[in-house]
Amino acid sequence: MAMTIHVDIVSAEGEIFSGLAEMVYAPAIMGEVGIAPRHTPLVTQLKPGEIRVDTGNNQEMQHFYVSGGILEVQPHVVTVLADTAIRATDLDEAAAQEAKRRAEDAMANRTSEFEYAKAQAELVEAAAQLRAIERIRKGKGA
Amino acid sequence: MAGAKEIRTQIASIKNTSKITKAMEMVAASKMRKAQNRMAATRPYAEKMRNVIGHLFHAHPEYKHTFMIEREVKRVGYIIVSSDRGLCGGLNNNLFRKLVKDMRVHRDSGTEVDFCTIGNKALGFFGRFGGNVVSQATHLGDTPHIEDLIGTVKVMLDAYAEGKIDRIYIAYNHFVNTMTQSPTVEQLVPIASTMEEELRHHWDYIYEPDSKDVLDNLLSRYVESLVYQSVVENGASEQSARMVAMKAASDNAGDLIDELQLIYNKARQAAITQEISEIVGGAAAV
Repeated sequence: MAMTIHVDIVSAEGEIFSGLAEMVYAPAIMGEVGIAPRHTPLVTQLKPGEIRVDTGNNQEMQHFYVSGGILEVQPHVVTVLADTAIRATDLDEAAAQEAKRRAEDAMANRTSEFEYAKAQAELVEAAAQLRAIERIRKGKGA
Repeated sequence: MAGAKEIRTQIASIKNTSKITKAMEMVAASKMRKAQNRMAATRPYAEKMRNVIGHLFHAHPEYKHTFMIEREVKRVGYIIVSSDRGLCGGLNNNLFRKLVKDMRVHRDSGTEVDFCTIGNKALGFFGRFGGNVVSQATHLGDTPHIEDLIGTVKVMLDAYAEGKIDRIYIAYNHFVNTMTQSPTVEQLVPIASTMEEELRHHWDYIYEPDSKDVLDNLLSRYVESLVYQSVVENGASEQSARMVAMKAASDNAGDLIDELQLIYNKARQAAITQEISEIVGGAAAV
């Protein structure tokens, strides 16, 4: 049997692949890399593309699409931390701006949802009071 | 027979309420199972990520990322994970109470506090509380996605990188089991270097394109994954807390109905007895 290397492909929302392989091909940021067993330690970013895992035994290659992530290579382990989201600096920046804006909006007009939350809290309190009164009354009546 | 009719309507209304709470209990039970599965699904990624970070810690001593460096604390940031909806017992309030206590300690020692809220309840509470909410995310739904959190977390991480915030904490409800959820506050950044310190030999990775870019990417993903995990865990906590709360509510409604039924029966019996005695009294008078 040929030499094998352990491959784990995981994303934040679940495990994608875990098993042995003879060769792994991944779309690294500076060009595709092929990882064979006993490769030197390497960390690199991935760009959107396809990861191919050659499991050997004359089986077909397994293909996984990733939209980016991180590839870590240890001599006997390859770990792919795949992104589930499409990432780019400007996209992340836009998301951050959006999150900030939402917070500012919420702070500026505290009407709708705050009022709703407050009203709900008051309602729960009133209901509890009513229930207590009810109990007291019942205690006296019975 | 005064009161009997009122009692009857009251019983009917409690019955309706208990129907709702029972339905909510069942919905929460099934959602809880799904949330627990989701929690299990995030574990491999977090584990692998921790391994890689662990490797990094003793692989590359000369380049220190800002996320790894402790500094004097003047301003702290809290990422607060809460639920979007209520009716889940004391889940959110327990967390907030713990946070308010923490905050008082910070304020007393002259440290400023910034908030980043995830979920409606935290936003509402800390909005009213008078905190400085710098970013927020709400309505993540039952299946939170990491892309909904990236922006929210990035605001905090950027502030840390720029030196506006010197420490970031995350607060969420840790899922112990179905009956127990414990409010938890953990330090997120700087990353505590409690990794195993066994330096067998000095080695380093090959970094592509270069160590700074890779580390930037890796560490922000690490933090995001921690936040994501907290959100997922808080989701499971929320559902189980709701299930328990709704079960208690249904039980209480049952007790209430039993009691009311007894009162109703007594009232009815009293009315009948009175009527009979009136009739008998009337007959005797004739």
